[in-house]
Amino acid sequence: MPVATAPASSALTLTGNRLPRWAPWASVAGSALVAWGVLVLTGEHTATTVAALTALLHAVALTSVSRYVEGPRRATDRLATTLVTVAFLLALVPLVSLLWTVVSRGAVLFSGTFLTTDMVGVFGDMTSGGVAHAIVGTLMVTLTATLISVPIGLLTAIYLVEYGRGPLAKGITFFVDVMTGIPSIVAGLFAFALFTLLMGPAYRSGLMGAVALAVLMTPVVIRSVEEMLRLVPNELREASYALGVPKWLTILKVVLRTSVAGIVTGVMLAIARVIGETAPLLITVGMITRTNWDVFEGRMATLPVFAYSQYQQGGVGVDRAWAAALTLILIVMLLNLVARGISRAFRPKTGR
Amino acid sequence: MTPVPTSSQDSTVPGGGQAPHGAVTTAAGTPAGVPAGGRRTTAATMDEDMHDDSSAWAAPGPTAVDHRVSGHAQPPAPAVSLRASGASRVADTIFKGVSGATGVLILVVLAAVAGFLVLRAWPALTASPDELAKISWMNGQSLLEYVGPLVFGTLLSAILALGLAVPLSLGIALFITHYAPRRAAQALGYVIDLLAAIPSVVYGLWGALWLAPVLDPIFRWLSDTLGFIPLFAGYTAPARNVLAAATVLAVMIIPIITAVSREVFFQTPVLHEEAALALGATRWETIRMAVLPFGRSGLVSASMLGLGRALGETMAVLMILSPGYLFSFFLLKPGQHQSIAANIAAKFPEASGLSVSVLIATGLALFVITLAVNMVARWIIARRAEFSGAN
Repeated sequence: MPVATAPASSALTLTGNRLPRWAPWASVAGSALVAWGVLVLTGEHTATTVAALTALLHAVALTSVSRYVEGPRRATDRLATTLVTVAFLLALVPLVSLLWTVVSRGAVLFSGTFLTTDMVGVFGDMTSGGVAHAIVGTLMVTLTATLISVPIGLLTAIYLVEYGRGPLAKGITFFVDVMTGIPSIVAGLFAFALFTLLMGPAYRSGLMGAVALAVLMTPVVIRSVEEMLRLVPNELREASYALGVPKWLTILKVVLRTSVAGIVTGVMLAIARVIGETAPLLITVGMITRTNWDVFEGRMATLPVFAYSQYQQGGVGVDRAWAAALTLILIVMLLNLVARGISRAFRPKTGR
Repeated sequence: MTPVPTSSQDSTVPGGGQAPHGAVTTAAGTPAGVPAGGRRTTAATMDEDMHDDSSAWAAPGPTAVDHRVSGHAQPPAPAVSLRASGASRVADTIFKGVSGATGVLILVVLAAVAGFLVLRAWPALTASPDELAKISWMNGQSLLEYVGPLVFGTLLSAILALGLAVPLSLGIALFITHYAPRRAAQALGYVIDLLAAIPSVVYGLWGALWLAPVLDPIFRWLSDTLGFIPLFAGYTAPARNVLAAATVLAVMIIPIITAVSREVFFQTPVLHEEAALALGATRWETIRMAVLPFGRSGLVSASMLGLGRALGETMAVLMILSPGYLFSFFLLKPGQHQSIAANIAAKFPEASGLSVSVLIATGLALFVITLAVNMVARWIIARRAEFSGAN
């Protein structure tokens, strides 16, 4: 430990020498300046290289100064702080660039007509055409998947929380967890195998995609509903039993009523999770250029598959793919916001 | 205890014999007895409430004792249910039966997924080499020779992605839980969750059209300076190699790993952290001594979940990787690797007959791999839940 050339009062302080609070910031600023200067001289100054060199210089400078003034333990602490912060900032890069690219490139073709026209009669370099048919398809398929998975998910969660004891409940819990890990393409293959066996090899429909999505969605619904049901205080159930209300009515009128906000939120988030699934829809629902309202028969266009197929076409298609991606993200964000709003609106009034 | 119903009614409570009844009396007796000095002076009505309370506790019999609603399906309130017991008991049985049956349905669905995949893959599994040779993209290989490189490519891309994602996620999770101000931490957590909801096709678009050009100079530099190591040799633009695909996969699984490890780090017993701080530990030493040991198994299982996701991810790989079917460790060369999921999505639209069965057979391999990874992850989580002293 370097002995400080300290003023007389330092004999009374309990802490060792500390760097001033502004030291890290000064180190960042200094490192940035040096990095920029060096890289301009070598002629390689891009944002990436300057940032990388700045981080490196800052870590070295701050750690060594701190080691000299504050000792090795604080130096390690400062190094760890630097590393954690750099990791965090590094992770922000893809997030920000992703959102920025989708918005800026998506805005090229995104418009009212893009949302309200389909792709009938659009070919070559035509910039007209839109995603109306894909929006309809996405909503129909997702709605059907929701109608399948929500009742199953809700009842299973009720079983697990209110009735489930013993090996069966343990097994279900375990396999629900395992089911959350099914790759989306495998779910698609399952729906394909099931329906082509039952309906013939050429059968394609929105229902097929909905079944694939339901396989992916049900475990998510079970998980979130289960969590919400467990949050309901046991005193409420016991109070209801004490009043002579039978168990099933207690579940319907007390437990579900108390947790409805959380359940709806969980379902919305599950929808947001599957609405962007591409792979299973690619191999089950396929792609067409016009609107198909019939879930039970024929191919359907969906937004993710539309974005992918347009990207494959290249040219104007890439712009269309970005616009479709923007539409998709907007729908997902909207669902998230609605979920938050609902959870706020439905929240039971607590407190006296 | 006055609130307990008359003894004749009490005997109608099923399973509510004398022994649990006694336990109730003590359980209910404690709250009534403790505040005797303080509360009884405030108001007599308070005391009345107490007794009402304890009657609510005593009436359901054993349910009140083990604070969980026990497995009894019967309506547990004796006084009122005397009238409606018959009908409501039937309704109760039906309700329990339906919800239980739905639970079993989940198991059936999972079995059906495996069953139908095996059923449709069977023709490929039993086909003769001559039949398989008719499929043009099989190049005369047997099924095993065809699946091998695909499994290798899947594992390679997923493990590379995991290697990139875990240190970053650890950093983000620590930043959110221990470095950022509390208010900011909440907002950041929400942003991370939102990132997890972004569709994979958007990641694919972003990776192919934005990230690949950005990675190009980095890969070129890597190949130039570290090219003597075979791993990094032979980069050719554009960046459509397995490392680029793994980078996008890493970006996709960072939110998942971060979300889980953040939850685990938040659960670190505050007393442990405060004890470390009180002993004079720096923030990093606190993290190393109190937070990381507590969260290690949580971090492991979070990584396994991320691995499971990366293994099954289709679109990002499909849109970025230029495919090849080799056991190759050249991370920067294009046309060396392909993952199972991306291969299925690429070939499926044009496939028919036996080639569909071959693709489904590869899907079965993917299913088995992810199932194993997830089961291990769940097993680690379950073990942690048993041993963690947090509550």
